[in-house]
Amino acid sequence: MAYDKFTILTSTCVPLPIENVDTDQIIPARFLKAIERKGFGDNLFRDWKFNSDNTPKKDFVLNNPTYKGKILVGGKNFGSGSSREHAAWSIYDYGFRCVISSFFADIFSANCLNIGVLPVRVSEEFLNVIFESIYNNPTVELFVDLPNQVVRIPELNLSESFNINDYKKNNMLNGYDDIDYLINMKKSITDFANTTPL
Amino acid sequence: MSTTLFDKVWDSHVVNKISNGPDVLFIDRHLIHEVTSPVAFIGLKNRGIKVMYPEKTFATADHNTPTINQHLPVLDALSANQLKVLEHNSNEHGILYWGLGHKKNGIVHVVGPEYGITQPGATIVCGDSHTSTHGAFGAIAFGIGTSEVEMVLSTQCIMQPKPKKMRITINGNLSKGVTPKDVALYIISKLSTAGATGYFVEYSGEVFTKMSMEGRMTVCNLSIEMGARGGMIAPDNKTFEYIKDREFTPKAEKWEKAMAYWKTLKTDDSAIFDKEISFEGGVITPMITYGTNPGMGMGISNEIPKVKDQNSASASYFKSLSYMNYNEGESMLGKKIDFVFLGSCTNGRIEDFRDFAKIIKGRKKADNVTAWLVPGSHLVEKAIKDEGILKILNESGFELREPGCSACLAMNDDKIPRGKYAVSTSNRNFEGRQGQGSRTILASPLVAAAAAVTGIITDPRTLF
Repeated sequence: MAYDKFTILTSTCVPLPIENVDTDQIIPARFLKAIERKGFGDNLFRDWKFNSDNTPKKDFVLNNPTYKGKILVGGKNFGSGSSREHAAWSIYDYGFRCVISSFFADIFSANCLNIGVLPVRVSEEFLNVIFESIYNNPTVELFVDLPNQVVRIPELNLSESFNINDYKKNNMLNGYDDIDYLINMKKSITDFANTTPL
Repeated sequence: MSTTLFDKVWDSHVVNKISNGPDVLFIDRHLIHEVTSPVAFIGLKNRGIKVMYPEKTFATADHNTPTINQHLPVLDALSANQLKVLEHNSNEHGILYWGLGHKKNGIVHVVGPEYGITQPGATIVCGDSHTSTHGAFGAIAFGIGTSEVEMVLSTQCIMQPKPKKMRITINGNLSKGVTPKDVALYIISKLSTAGATGYFVEYSGEVFTKMSMEGRMTVCNLSIEMGARGGMIAPDNKTFEYIKDREFTPKAEKWEKAMAYWKTLKTDDSAIFDKEISFEGGVITPMITYGTNPGMGMGISNEIPKVKDQNSASASYFKSLSYMNYNEGESMLGKKIDFVFLGSCTNGRIEDFRDFAKIIKGRKKADNVTAWLVPGSHLVEKAIKDEGILKILNESGFELREPGCSACLAMNDDKIPRGKYAVSTSNRNFEGRQGQGSRTILASPLVAAAAAVTGIITDPRTLF
C-alpha cells in the first residue's frame, strides 16, 4: 500500500518514557478483528488511554493536550512482542510519522518502514536529552531530516545522526513499497523457484 | 569457508542481494491465519494480482476461534467474519485451508510440524511472531507483518536484511522438574527481552541434543521473547524420525534425496558467530515470571529482584510490579492464583499434557482455580484421549477444551478477568495480554499443574 513520502519532518513530540513498550499495549489484541485497515488510530494505546469504564486516564500522555505532534518518543526496546502490523498502522493512523527510541524490536521496526513510519534510533544519551527538552518546553520542535539522516533539536543546537539502509531510505523518500520492487523481478524469482527442492 | 547452519539455509534462499539494503529471500512455506492476512489479500486485489505459488501457502484458523462448541456457529460477529474472509480468500486463491471444525485444524505452529509442512533447511514465515517455533527442525522461520504477508502471497519472497548470528550453548544435564520452558525462561531472564534483537539464534549443546522435538519447539518458540528474529537447532536423527512419513514430507527417493541434504545442515566446527553465550544446564531450576514481560523471570524459589539490581529504569520496573500488585523482595511461592491456562503454541503439545497429568494425577483441582486446558491441535487432543490423559484430567476435576490459541492472547472468549492472576504456559505476560487488566505468570506445564491443584504458586518438585 502506498504511503506519504517522507523527507523532512519538523514537529513537536509526544513523550512516552517507558521501556519495553510491547505491541499488545500499542494495540490490544481485541482490536485485531478488522478485515480492513481502518480505525486503528482510535485504539492506539487503548488500555493505557482509557479506564475500564471508558473514561480517559488523565495521567496518560495521549490525553494530555500539552503534548502533541507527529513524533512519538518512546523508551528503550520499543515495539517488542507480537508481529502485528496493526501496531504500526495505529501509530500512523493516529497521525504519527516518526517514532524515536534508543532501541527498537526488529519486526516492529520493519513494519514501520513498510508503511511509512520512520523509526529513528538514537543513543540513550540523546534520547534522554530529547525527553528533557520536551519536558522543559512541550512546544520544542524536533527536526528529522531523512535525506541527511540527522535528527536535530534546533532550540538546543544539538543533533545526532541515525542509520537506515539506502534501499529503505530511498523507499521512504519516494513512497515506494517492496512489493512493486519484487513484482518487477518476477522473472528471477520464477527462475529461482524452479531450482528449489521444496 | 566454514559457515553456520543459519548461513547455509539463508544463503541458499537469496534470490538477489541489494547493496546496502535487504536480501530478497525466497520463502518455501508460508502459513497464514485469520488475523494478519485479510489486509494482505485486499492489497493483492487492489493490485489486480493472484497468489504466485498457492501450493506453498497453508491456511488455518486459530487466533480467534472458540475453544468450546466448535460445531456451533461462532457467536462473535467480528471473529466469525474474519474466519469467513480467510475461507473465502483461501478458496479464491487455491490455498489449502484447515478451518474451524476441520480435523487438521489447530494452532498454526502446532499443525505445521504435525503434518510435515515444516522441514529442515526450509524458509518458513507467518504473520505471527511465534513462527520461530519451526526453527526446531533446522528451518529458518520467523514472524512477519501484514505487508510482508502480501509480499509472500504476491511474489513468494520478502526483503530482509540478513540478521547477525548468535549461538547459545547449554551443556550438562537438566535437573528433575526442569523443562524446556524453564530453559527458555532462564535464557530470557539472563538476556532480557531485547538481548537477542538483531540476531538469529542457534541453540546448541547437550541440553538441546537430548531434548525432544516438542521441547525444541518450545525453546525455539520463545526465541522472539529474547528479541531474536528466530532460533534454530540443527536437525538430527530425532528430527528426521519426527517428520518421516508425515503428510507433506517427501517420500521414497525424494526422502532419500532430501535426507542427503538435511544431513549437511549443521554449523561447521570453525564457523564464527557474531555473539556466543553459554550457560550450564545443571543450574537451571523451575522458572516463574513476576512482571509484565517475559524477561522478568526467576527461579521459582527466589525472591522478586530489587529495583537496584535491575538494568531496567526504575519507573518502568515499578510500573510493572505495581500492575502485578507485587513488591520487590517478595517470594512468589504461596501467592494465590485464580486461573491456570495450559496450552498455546509454546506449551500446547502432547508432552505438555503428559507433564501436567503427572502432577495432578491422584490430586484434585483446587476450588479457587479455574483451569483452561487447551490442546494445540486435534492431533494433540486425540493423543490426550488415546494415552488415557483425559481420564486422569477428568478424575482430578479438569476438563479439556477444543484446540486454538485461546487465552494466550484472549481474542476469543477465553479472557482472564480484570485483576485476576493466571499461571499460564503461554509466552507473554504483557499487561492485559490475557484479557483487560489480567495478570499473567508464565511457567512450565509442571508449575501450572502444581498451581492448579494447590491454588497457590507451588514448586512442582515438592509434589513428585
